[in-house]
Amino acid sequence: MIQLMELTVNGERHDLAIEPRRTLVDVLRHDLGLTGTHVGCEHGICGACTVLVDGAPARACLIFAAQVEGAEIRTVESLSPEGELNDLQQCFSEHHGLQCGFCTPGMLMLAEGYLAEEPEPTTEEIREVVASNLCRCTGYQTIVEAIDDCASRRRAAFQEQLAGSRV
Amino acid sequence: MKPAAFEYHRARSVAGAVGLLTELGDDAKVVAGGQSLVAMMNFRLARPEHLVDITHIDGLSGIRREGDTLRIGALTTHRAVEKAELGDFGVLSRAMRWVGHLPIRTRGTVGGSIAHADATAEWCLLAVLLEARIVAEGPAGRREIPAGEFFLGPFTTALEPDELIVELVFPRPAPRAALTEYADRKGDFALVAAAVDLDADRVVLGGVGPTPVSADCPSSGTSHSRPPVSWADAVAGSLELRDEPGISAHYRRGLVRTLVERACEEASCGC
Ligand SMILES: Cc1cc2nc3c(=O)[nH]c(=O)nc-3n(C[C@H](O)[C@H](O)[C@H](O)COP(=O)(O)OP(=O)(O)OC[C@H]3O[C@@H](n4cnc5c(N)ncnc54)[C@H](O)[C@@H]3O)c2cc1C
Ligand code: FES
Ligand code: FES
Repeated sequence: MIQLMELTVNGERHDLAIEPRRTLVDVLRHDLGLTGTHVGCEHGICGACTVLVDGAPARACLIFAAQVEGAEIRTVESLSPEGELNDLQQCFSEHHGLQCGFCTPGMLMLAEGYLAEEPEPTTEEIREVVASNLCRCTGYQTIVEAIDDCASRRRAAFQEQLAGSRV
Repeated sequence: MKPAAFEYHRARSVAGAVGLLTELGDDAKVVAGGQSLVAMMNFRLARPEHLVDITHIDGLSGIRREGDTLRIGALTTHRAVEKAELGDFGVLSRAMRWVGHLPIRTRGTVGGSIAHADATAEWCLLAVLLEARIVAEGPAGRREIPAGEFFLGPFTTALEPDELIVELVFPRPAPRAALTEYADRKGDFALVAAAVDLDADRVVLGGVGPTPVSADCPSSGTSHSRPPVSWADAVAGSLELRDEPGISAHYRRGLVRTLVERACEEASCGC
């Protein structure tokens, strides 16, 4: 059975005619060609499929696309619309927060969603959040450092902005 | 794997959802956060022919304090409870850090956890510990089921197939309660979980039976008394445990003793 639905992904609206059993991650990859979001386990364990749903990190393999009609979906492609790495991606690169890169889109969206909600996390809190997703290569330490560094840079930029607006 | 084909129905009201469940019968299943059901469907351990999506029903999520009572809507996410300031119901927020990981908690719901009825699920333990009432609506209207009578076996509850959980009601504050647990990896379902309420003289355990297991304990006296460390030995000693593949009865009993002791300490300091 085919169903009509409308999904908003990275600010763009898409009309789709798909089977209701399509999970969000399958729609992103197969119907919208957004292959940045990866698929590992399809049962919520690995986090490779992590995207933002209304700003909150979520497993795209455990959501039917039909359920998130009307929600704002963001994928890793939204981080660098012009093709340039954003600050978070830049930090991953500088700290060697990736090797094979399979987990990276999920790690990035996990961090993006988390930092938006919690701009001043402790290292321990970052470690706890990073434990949500699996990485077989890095040993996690460099990912934690990348997120920590990005958070401090964002805080510094914010302070600068505040100082600037006071003058 | 990919789930088997099904027909999707979006409910807009509780009555609408109950109507769909009644009409579609045994072939229909409710989907809320999907954090248990979609995983089971992807494995084809579940293959419902009809899915009734309740996530678009207004008014089913939120936390309300009414005097000594706390009411939590079925669609409230674990994350929303974790972030809420619940005062003398703070044990609920603190327990949420044990439920899976952040991206699971942003989607998974209180009602879904109770309906799923995993014997180690934090919500099931908390409901039994704090004598919550589960409010369910079916074709005949609403009824309240005491948590102590709700969990019948592994993944089996007193809920009828055409009933929807709409709310959880916690009847009294629990300023001296705590939940703690152990799993080999953080975020996994617990091997053993222990929840204690010092004011109710009660311990509830997960991972030692097919449903949450309650144990009444000798009174701990006034709120000024020291944490009842003796509970740990009494509870651990009273359990009938068997060796299972990968985990001996001896090891599990040791976990129970340690976790009850730890939960008592946390409950007495409210941390
Ligand atoms: C990697 C991972 C780790 C996890 N770790 C934990 C953990 O440590 N502790 C824990 O407790 N949980 C854990 N979970 C499960 C998670 O908490 C789920 O949110 C919860 O079990 C089910 O809630 P849901 O809203 O996702 O329900 P769904 O998956 O949508 O549904 C689950 C079941 O409940 C029924 N249902 C849902 N809502 C209602 C309702 N309102 N009325 C009647 N029936 C209903 C459905 O029909 C289905 O049978 C984990 C999940 C994953 C993927
Ligand atoms: S593919 Fe979604 S969590 Fe592994
Ligand atoms: S970089 Fe290879 S899995 Fe993380």
